[in-house]
Amino acid sequence: MTGILSLTTFFPLIGVAAIVVLRLLGGQADQGKLENAAKWIALATTLATLALSILLVAQFDPLNPGFQFQEDIPWFAGAGYRMGVDGISVLFVLLTAFLLPLCVIASWKSIEKRVLEYLIAFLILESLVIGVFCALDLILFYIFFEGGLLPMFLIIGIWGGQRRVYAAFKFFLYTLLGSVLMLAAILLMVSTAHTSSIPELMAYHFAPSLQIWLFLAFFASFAVKMPMWPVHTWLPDAHVEAPTAGSVILAGILLKLGGYGFLRFCLPMFPQASHYFTPLVFTLSVIAVVYTSLVAFRQVDIKKLIAYSSVAHMGFVTMGIFAGNAQGVQGAMYQMLSHGVISGALFLCVGVVYDRMHTREIAFYGGLANRMPWYAAVFMLFTMGNVGLPGTSGFVGEILTMTGTYGTSTWTALFAATGVILSAVYALTLYRRVVFGELTNPKLAGIADLESREVLIFAPLIVGTLLLGVQPGLILNITQASVDHLVVAYRAAVGG
Amino acid sequence: MNLNGAFQIALPEAFLAVSALVLLVFGAYRGKNVGAVSLGAGFALIAAAALAAVGPVGTAFGGSYIADGAAAFAKVFIYGFSAVSVLLGDRWLKRLDNSQFEFPILIVIAALGMGMMASAGDLISLYIGIELHSLALYVLAAFRRDDARSSEAGLKYFVLGALSSGLLLYGASLIYGFAGSTRFDVIAQAVHAGANTGVLFGLVFLICGLAFKISAAPFHMWTPDVYEGAPTPVVIFITTAPKLAAMVLLARVLMNAFGGAAEQWRQVILVIAMISVLVGAFAGLVQKNIKRLLAYSSIANIGYALIGLSAASHQGVQSMLVFMVLYMIDVTGFFACLMALSRAGRPMETLADMAGLFRERPGIALAMTVLSFSFLGLPPFSGFWGKFYVFKAALNAGLWPAAVAGLVLSVVAAFYYLRLVKTMWFDPPVGAVDASPLDAKAVAIGAALFSFPLVLVALTFLDPAATAAAAALGTH
Repeated sequence: MTGILSLTTFFPLIGVAAIVVLRLLGGQADQGKLENAAKWIALATTLATLALSILLVAQFDPLNPGFQFQEDIPWFAGAGYRMGVDGISVLFVLLTAFLLPLCVIASWKSIEKRVLEYLIAFLILESLVIGVFCALDLILFYIFFEGGLLPMFLIIGIWGGQRRVYAAFKFFLYTLLGSVLMLAAILLMVSTAHTSSIPELMAYHFAPSLQIWLFLAFFASFAVKMPMWPVHTWLPDAHVEAPTAGSVILAGILLKLGGYGFLRFCLPMFPQASHYFTPLVFTLSVIAVVYTSLVAFRQVDIKKLIAYSSVAHMGFVTMGIFAGNAQGVQGAMYQMLSHGVISGALFLCVGVVYDRMHTREIAFYGGLANRMPWYAAVFMLFTMGNVGLPGTSGFVGEILTMTGTYGTSTWTALFAATGVILSAVYALTLYRRVVFGELTNPKLAGIADLESREVLIFAPLIVGTLLLGVQPGLILNITQASVDHLVVAYRAAVGG
Repeated sequence: MNLNGAFQIALPEAFLAVSALVLLVFGAYRGKNVGAVSLGAGFALIAAAALAAVGPVGTAFGGSYIADGAAAFAKVFIYGFSAVSVLLGDRWLKRLDNSQFEFPILIVIAALGMGMMASAGDLISLYIGIELHSLALYVLAAFRRDDARSSEAGLKYFVLGALSSGLLLYGASLIYGFAGSTRFDVIAQAVHAGANTGVLFGLVFLICGLAFKISAAPFHMWTPDVYEGAPTPVVIFITTAPKLAAMVLLARVLMNAFGGAAEQWRQVILVIAMISVLVGAFAGLVQKNIKRLLAYSSIANIGYALIGLSAASHQGVQSMLVFMVLYMIDVTGFFACLMALSRAGRPMETLADMAGLFRERPGIALAMTVLSFSFLGLPPFSGFWGKFYVFKAALNAGLWPAAVAGLVLSVVAAFYYLRLVKTMWFDPPVGAVDASPLDAKAVAIGAALFSFPLVLVALTFLDPAATAAAAALGTH
């Protein structure tokens, strides 16, 4: 199966090439026909990528904690083209490939201008994000990690809402500032350890005093990406202005790069520094959980509310990762994957009403249950998932991260638990104000319920949320060997 | 070494000198046929590049002229970029209806001077090379005699250039006085024996003079005005070949003649580098004219190249060479984009002119976007690899404060590149754009394709070539 990772990573680029050829050849053809053909190409490509990633997971050996499907080709400047996945990364590949077809379907009608460019940007983004999770070389990782900024900048800036330019700049510059510090750390690591291979760097012991600086540099990048309080302010802006599918990608996948980075680099490569900074991370996580939940409660914009709720949920993830025990890390993994599905679904729910009414103001809506019963049911399920109701995937992640954190710091777990209540407060309030009550706004009188295209989008997400809610073993079995391996090494290094 | 051997060492430059004279005579009698002169100049430059690449290694004329790996590496790119400038300039002149056969000849003469700079083995040949290329460049900058801005650019360039030559000569005379020789190898012995204040004093002046030529801050004042006023093909030329020549010369002076005083000159170079990056990043933020913007961008980029050089190691020189070559290709492509764009016969040079360019000219807009992100240092574009090499060398030499500061300032500079991309992609179009000339379009798209993905292949050759070139410089 060698080569499947490269194939999965670069497969979306075949779609890009096909669309470019289509555009060059069909210069005189009817624009509508051209765009329709491009949409089908993009859908077929993303579905094929999904098939490849399912094949990848099916072939994956969950008992092997090491990297599988490895590829290693020497490159210039001491770097190598090294690819491989373990239990931590393989499911993120699947998550990415799973969400992308839904993004394409969700954009089918809502994107009206420059459709071809839009699809190209999405396919390039998919390729880069899958590459981030597959890269086993620090420099290759950085290329994929940073390269994703370009398509996302264009997606927000061209197809976004009113203040899209501001949001796109804020997103780009925030992330870039974090990343250049990581680049400095990467170069320092490569020149210290004389290798850029991630498995070799995991085995290399950096001096504890050096670890502190390297950790801080990586932390700057991943904390922005995650995003952690107080560097989260780019996220609400980016989310609000991005088109629906852009928000899905941002919340569903790009935020996970931060957590993935902590698991891949900070814990295994800088264990002493990670241990040293655990109180800081816990503090920031608790503030994120409590403070951003309160902020979310006061939002008047649906998307902004969900964006702040994402920050709060990511607080659980950082908490679980730095708890440094098996439950915590497993819970963080679960929370990330579950949040990928649920937050993606929530943004799609917002997209449904936004496409119809072109506003995201909470006060505009109310009483949607009267006109859109199916929509109300779907929205209800994902709101419950977001709150962390048992039976949905959101519950498993929260309970595991809190159990894990409890083992390390009781007070942190205690404060974070209030976040669970707060999430119910803002999420249910949102639901009540949008869906329940009397239909008072006359503009809503003619609003239509879900159409078949939208049902098609939500069906897999509903199945995913419920299935993961009742069958956590589906994920935990795959991640277990790698997480145990990581935790054992981390514990041994910090002597705990 | 006998005269025949010496002649072989200097063969590329001798060939260029003869070619320039033959073309001059041809032009004097057949002046109307500018195309033929350009063609001849282009072939002469490419032949000289080939001669430099395969020529013998050694020294000539009593050690004042050196042919080694570094010189060969520099000359291949200097003559190559000069040839591109000849091509772009020739087509540009034709469109302007201002064809004068002196243009390609002046480029050949400037290239000859740069070749001498790359091969300079003592202070005399250093100075002759610099003056030869500078005088040709002053004339080129003022080439549009009927245009006030072009004349102003030429005059400013000349006055400030003359000042820098004065500084340089003063430094050279001090070094000669205290070291007892103009030859780099003899100076190196004197420095190793113990660098006295007089020699270092002279070195600082020499560095200042060269900093003028590479437009490093705080000696950058001429750059924005010259970039704005000079004809665009001339700006391409000024930004590429002379800067590489001056950087190689600077590396040779610092690493060979003053290798023993690395700790002393490193401080000077670092200060110049950091000021350049700072000025380039912040002053670029307020520019409305894209050529001025690129001038500040080039100041910042020279700062990055100097950070690499300040590592004072073979790796540092190698990183500087890689960085310069990648940057030169990007900047050539970017200015070619500007040459390809005009609205109702007037070149589009301000940021506002670029509004909605993606709708009007998707190919050129895409090329400019790629090159902007490359300047910004976003992977996987070539600009990222340049910075990658430079900062790796700096970190290996323990210069982490400079590396971190440089990287953070690159985020400041990112703002103005992003603003350009934003103007092209997000803003509504302001009007039809004239048809683009094929030559500029080809160069622009070629450079964008080099920036990504060709750079990934090219670096596998450029990396060892630059390593071999860097091995020739420095004693450790």
